[in-house]
Amino acid sequence: MSGIWVWVEQHQGSAAAVSWEAMGLARALAGELNQSVTALVMGHDLGDLAQAALHHGADAVLVCDDPTLADFRVEPYASLLSKLASEQEPAAVLAGATTRGRDVMGAAAVDLETGLIADATGVEVVGGMIQATRPVYAGKLFSTVVGPDASPLMLTLRPRAFPAPQADTSRSGEVTAVEPALAEDDIATRVVGFESTTGQVSLTDASIVVSGGRGVQGPEGFEPLRELVGVLGAALGASRVAVDSGWIPYEHQVGQTGKTVSPDLYIACGISGAIQHQAGMRSSKVIVAINKDPDAPIFRLAHYGIVGDLFAIIPALTEAFRERLG
Amino acid sequence: MHVVVCAKETPDSAAKVEVGADGNVTWGGAPLVINPWDEYAVEEGLRLKEEHGGTCTVLAMGSPSSQEALKHAVAMGCDDAVLVSDPAFENADTLLTSHALAQAIAKMGDVDLAIFGRQAIDGDTGHTAVQVGRRLGWNTLTYVFKIAEIDFEAGTIKVERLLEEGKQICESRLPAVLSTVKDINEPRYPSIIGVRKAAKLEIPVWTAADVGADGAIQAKVQWPAVSAPPARQAETEMIEGDTPEAIAAALVDKLISEKIV
Repeated sequence: MSGIWVWVEQHQGSAAAVSWEAMGLARALAGELNQSVTALVMGHDLGDLAQAALHHGADAVLVCDDPTLADFRVEPYASLLSKLASEQEPAAVLAGATTRGRDVMGAAAVDLETGLIADATGVEVVGGMIQATRPVYAGKLFSTVVGPDASPLMLTLRPRAFPAPQADTSRSGEVTAVEPALAEDDIATRVVGFESTTGQVSLTDASIVVSGGRGVQGPEGFEPLRELVGVLGAALGASRVAVDSGWIPYEHQVGQTGKTVSPDLYIACGISGAIQHQAGMRSSKVIVAINKDPDAPIFRLAHYGIVGDLFAIIPALTEAFRERLG
Repeated sequence: MHVVVCAKETPDSAAKVEVGADGNVTWGGAPLVINPWDEYAVEEGLRLKEEHGGTCTVLAMGSPSSQEALKHAVAMGCDDAVLVSDPAFENADTLLTSHALAQAIAKMGDVDLAIFGRQAIDGDTGHTAVQVGRRLGWNTLTYVFKIAEIDFEAGTIKVERLLEEGKQICESRLPAVLSTVKDINEPRYPSIIGVRKAAKLEIPVWTAADVGADGAIQAKVQWPAVSAPPARQAETEMIEGDTPEAIAAALVDKLISEKIV
């Protein structure tokens, strides 16, 4: 029972940012526990993803490049993860707390009949044992979680909760090809289509999020926000009110019944800051609130507050950033 | 056709949740409600029942008094409700919860489809659906925002799922487990007849022994402590100025000088 494993999540050959964040954490844990880090790279036409895993901190890579893994499906991915883990018995397995990460790790934990800690935002070694901290009740509380009897202990990590290591191209290590666990005939699910939300920065990966709420007043009210998003390379978010009013699609919703984001900068425009919205963005490093109502609860959470008309402030802000950032 | 919807009782999303003097979680006088995500699962189960005929059962696991989610689902239109409750499940993690729910679904015998909400707003793991599916040996399709086609006779299903990078369209076979996201539908309100039915309903309680959970499967993670989130240190700094341009320039100065942008 040795080794820290990282499941490297990829989409069309590109690693999810959280996978390298997991690799950084794996390195730190491996140092403290005197173990090695192994990356699991699964997919098809993976290019130099195995090398990238070494560069980001893996000591060794297990790679399965197979047509059955071309599209993400939980069955072949989870079966391969649990097969490899039962053969090689790592001490811990890390992955991102993404849609795919939660599926793969959840299913594999059942195969391995082992403990899975979801959505950790802090992980440390206490008395030789891995201990995690995770938000519960939508971040209203934090829970300490341990799995002393879990073998391996499996953890999914919240995106942007752990620093990503710089790639070090001088790093090298052994890359071992492994066979898939399932043949195509053993897999019931077929992926028959994929529609990318192209051109948009993913909310969960974004370092800056600009969000609009009731104060944007309608679908066209998001236009000034979109301009600011474009200048900052940010992602566009929204409160539940804006989504429920049909001003913007649900995929933009931030909050308890939407996405959870932890950007470096969150700019809340015309959002009052209901507790359910706060649940989705309170872990942002810096929060700017722009609202007409000086008593809006968002101002109690914000680091910087502006009381005023967002339709005047946002265009001025866009212009100011455009000038300063070139 | 038999659809099972899994629902959980949670504190209301507006509740002020805190750690009490005894170290346990409290939510004051806030009501316990059906987990908001599970309302979408219930609605989808009811729509399938209305379109295809058959039965829609709501299943929950919790303490013996944990009936709010079940009653709400029955008031919305579910035919039956089952509560799985046993002291042996008191500190269940998702590994044990999925075992208990999977055993209960297997006990029902004739289930074609089990539908979950995306996650419960208390534990927030989002693991239970896929773990139940895995235990049953059924295909699991998570984050579904549309059931494009379903044929209970042929045992086929086609869904659209919401991933980080876009929409994935999948075909699979029944029986299956789904988890649903908010885009899938608009949950109905309970009807007056439904509320009356729910009030009178005697909800059967299945123990660990009833579902054949013999203790061989145990929880593997524990949460020894729960605490308040780290307090935010900084006070809010209000940015003021005579014109929007002056305010914007002042904010941009701060964000750039502090290397936030």
